[in-house]
Amino acid sequence: MTSPGEPPGEEFPGTEAGEDSIAGRPAEPPAGGVDDEERWLDDQAGPLVRPYVMTSGRMQPVRGKFDLVTMVEATGLPASPELGLGPEHQAVVRLCEQVLSVAEIAGHLKLPTVTVRVLLGDLLDKGLITVQDPQTDTDFMTDEQMYRAVIDGLHAL
Amino acid sequence: MDSMRFDRQGRRLPKAIKILIAGGFGAGKTTMVGAVSETKPLRTEEILTDKGVRVDDIAGVEGKTTTTVAMDFGRITIKDQFMLYLFGTPGQERFWFMWDEVAIGSLGAVVLADTRRLADCFPAVDYFERRNIPFIVAVNCFEGAKQYELEEVEAALNLGSKVPVMLCDARVRESGKKVLIALVQHAMESRKVGASV
Repeated sequence: MTSPGEPPGEEFPGTEAGEDSIAGRPAEPPAGGVDDEERWLDDQAGPLVRPYVMTSGRMQPVRGKFDLVTMVEATGLPASPELGLGPEHQAVVRLCEQVLSVAEIAGHLKLPTVTVRVLLGDLLDKGLITVQDPQTDTDFMTDEQMYRAVIDGLHAL
Repeated sequence: MDSMRFDRQGRRLPKAIKILIAGGFGAGKTTMVGAVSETKPLRTEEILTDKGVRVDDIAGVEGKTTTTVAMDFGRITIKDQFMLYLFGTPGQERFWFMWDEVAIGSLGAVVLADTRRLADCFPAVDYFERRNIPFIVAVNCFEGAKQYELEEVEAALNLGSKVPVMLCDARVRESGKKVLIALVQHAMESRKVGASV
């Protein structure tokens, strides 16, 4: 545990106290009550750090490719601890008890979609979710029945 | 393929369809998404990387506190068979890399126009024209704005007769429904004709 006021320099080479100017920030005396997260996540760092930590820095899913509207559902297999999944993985599995799109999962969890895609890749790999890719093929987009069904459905709303 | 077409109860999973709601800043995109969506609109955030944005393009963003760009979206379920996802795409041209992801494989787009700033919707019109994505123009009738005849707006947009232009009120669900129906109808006719939209 890092006590308040102590620079968490060891984990982040090059960001030790005293090198603030390198990071483009004016050197400030460490304020007593400021917690580590506030001190190290400034405007420049933005909200990026947490999402990348959740995915261990990965940008690409290990398996599958996920469109914004790829539909996802949990398979019902238990997300047992030995699978080594993080709390964010667990949260995705819980959300996907009902069918949801990738965009909705990201929206509910308030995570960037790039992060959610990586989490979903892990879950697909462990067999915890099934996915349905969006119907973007030409057959679907030229299927007159699809258009008619959507028009009827909209009228009926 | 990894995909499975059935859910746990053996029902078919609904097929997802994307529709873009585009237009200039403040044209009513988020309002329209909220008016027609069956759920409270959600927001998805994409992280800005230099992959999709030229350095000069983000010149105006550097003062922002976040380096993400948000997109509001809503959903309409059609008879448990289809899920319509409506994405309110960010207006500024520098975010077009995000449009691409939504636009590819989409059914079509609604370009919302504000008669007080009609030119704001021109970039969106160009975008969909160039990519042969079916679109219609919906003129959002803001309170207090001068009301124009549809013909006047059509003439100002110079779209050609194939692109439907209609008036709407983005706050009203029924009005939004009519716009979506007009879009789906137009998309159906465009695709039937073939690649030349």
